[in-house]
Amino acid sequence: MAKQKTVLNEIDRGRFDFRDTDKSDFKTEKGLTPDIVKEISRIKNEPAWMLEHRLKSLDIYNKVPLPAWGPPLDELDLNNIVTYVKPNTGMKSNWDEVPDYIKNTFDRLGIPKAEKESLAGVGAQYDSEVVYHNVRRELSKQGVIYTDMETAVREHEDIVKPLFMKLVPPEDHKFVALHGAVWSGGSFVYVPAGVKLKIPLQSYFRLNAPGAGQFEHTLIVIEPGAEAHFIEGCSAPKYNVLNLHAGCVELYVRKGAALRYSTIENWSKNMMNLNTKRALVEKDGTIEWISGTFGSHVTMLYPSSILSGEGAKSNFIGISFAGSGQHLDTGTKVVHAAPNTKSTVSSKSISKDGGIAVYRSDVHILPNATGSKSSVICESLMMDRQSRTDTIPLMDIRNDKADIGHEARIGRISDAAIFYLMTRGLTEEESKAMIVRGFVEPVAKELPLEYAVEMNRLISLELEGTIG
Amino acid sequence: MSKSLLSINNLYASVEGRHLLNGINLDINPGEVHVLMGPNGAGKSTLANVIMGDPRYKVDRGHIYFEGEDISEEKTDARARRGIFLSFQAPEEISGITVENFLRAAKSAQTGENQKLLPFRKELLAKMGELGIPASYASRYLNVGFSGGEKKKNEILQMEMLRPKLVILDETDSGLDIDAVRTISESVGRYRNRKNGLLIITHITRILQDLPVNYVHILSDGRIVKTTDASVIEKISRDGFTSILG
Repeated sequence: MAKQKTVLNEIDRGRFDFRDTDKSDFKTEKGLTPDIVKEISRIKNEPAWMLEHRLKSLDIYNKVPLPAWGPPLDELDLNNIVTYVKPNTGMKSNWDEVPDYIKNTFDRLGIPKAEKESLAGVGAQYDSEVVYHNVRRELSKQGVIYTDMETAVREHEDIVKPLFMKLVPPEDHKFVALHGAVWSGGSFVYVPAGVKLKIPLQSYFRLNAPGAGQFEHTLIVIEPGAEAHFIEGCSAPKYNVLNLHAGCVELYVRKGAALRYSTIENWSKNMMNLNTKRALVEKDGTIEWISGTFGSHVTMLYPSSILSGEGAKSNFIGISFAGSGQHLDTGTKVVHAAPNTKSTVSSKSISKDGGIAVYRSDVHILPNATGSKSSVICESLMMDRQSRTDTIPLMDIRNDKADIGHEARIGRISDAAIFYLMTRGLTEEESKAMIVRGFVEPVAKELPLEYAVEMNRLISLELEGTIG
Repeated sequence: MSKSLLSINNLYASVEGRHLLNGINLDINPGEVHVLMGPNGAGKSTLANVIMGDPRYKVDRGHIYFEGEDISEEKTDARARRGIFLSFQAPEEISGITVENFLRAAKSAQTGENQKLLPFRKELLAKMGELGIPASYASRYLNVGFSGGEKKKNEILQMEMLRPKLVILDETDSGLDIDAVRTISESVGRYRNRKNGLLIITHITRILQDLPVNYVHILSDGRIVKTTDASVIEKISRDGFTSILG
């Protein structure tokens, strides 16, 4: 496959767009072979079952075609993806031991500061490996485990082995198969029964190396009656070659447990973000997804909830912002597989300067899921005539004792509204930003404060300097 | 001689080739109250919007001066920051932005100073009280779900908070009940002083009862066809525009 040149407009991404010199001490050859997969496994010193899993996944990857729907992926040439980049540091639990150039990166992203002020635990991944992990001591004493995925595979095999890629099997699609073969890094969280984490855990994923892939695996188990909030953040500097992110998130929410999973993704605009996230929710459990997609060149992301126990709930809040050269295909999937399950979906998307924002959702109410309720609201705002938006909300209802609501609205930003705000002294840019902030407000107000602030900042960043 | 506040010189404007203003000349000095009347479609709202720099209209000829400076090419927000204010006939609804946050941002933009939360709120609530707007409206989304009267009061509230030098009221009194018109009329009356100017576009005349009107301009087919004193208002309300336009 010939490598196509991707044209991306420069947008000031402020503090995200800085690069470190590539100092990794080991890189695999470009492209993907069983030898590369074996080498990854050997370096990670993995148990045999994991190597077997990787090779099986590679086999599936080689057989499965690219998805036949969604945004075009033909720019992606997997022979050009360095699938594994290992930074020259082991994992630390003290920022002072992390090499300066990596620590500086996370400082600039505000991670250690947030750790001190508002987080229960922090993980930081740089390229393929987690370089930092720490959790407050009182939580460890309660049996909370928060570590990188490699350590979890070695030290918590009893929990990991029966669950790893069982919720998202490698057979699902080409990019989870790839993930299964080359996954590296990511976080493992285990919250024992009844333990309620009052403050969030956060993992931050930073991809620095050009033309690389990030394939982190996140596995979270919230035991019965326990509660947690997990935040993941992602960013990368911009290069003019495509990078690939094919992460995988598996969440197990046991009986009566609750998990909020928040992401504000701000990958640079050369990233192919093909990410798979899924939650299994048991009786009376709750999953809340908060999913903000701002960056990347192409995104396909549909966090899914399988409501497997009676009374299980899923709430999804999604915001995406597609600018020039971006094609963001996002949404959610919910399977109501037990009686009296509930789901809400609230999605807002914005497109500007020729960006494409697609909302796609798929709600299934199975025959046994009587008394279930689902409400889907999706709204799209286009900033100009060059931008595109589509909404594709599917519903498949297999019993007549379910309560379903759906609203979709698509509109272009109103010139009259911009004029009205400008007559009060606000510039065109400020007026547009205000209208966009107003548009996302119903969703933004559901976010934790720091996230609402971060999102407003990203919206201003996306809008600034783009008006002639 | 005092410098005029607004001076419009031989102004022509059109939308997609339709000529809407055909040579407007108008001078408003500080302290003056001007009334603009005329039949539907005469160009009254067009003139108000063109003064504000509405990009929907194309200015074909002529100039607009504010305090002696040519603002014909300026963008709307720059004109607003100079102190020109338009109270809209049908104010826009802006979802997700509260009245308070909007006005605070607008005032910060106009003064160039970040408005402090508490003093600003205090002033806002006091002004809302005077206009009979419930305090809860400060945290409602801008004009969303407001009645016609509430939207108009909210325009006057913005005028009071932003303290413009030239106020253009585009049918601020239409569609309101008697009490609401009186409240707005009183508020505009209080606002008027020797330094600022008012241009009032109206069909009905109750809003003018408490105001000392200096000039009445009759607009027809995009031209000011007659400029006279307040005595004409009574004649128009009795006999209609045809008695004037002949």
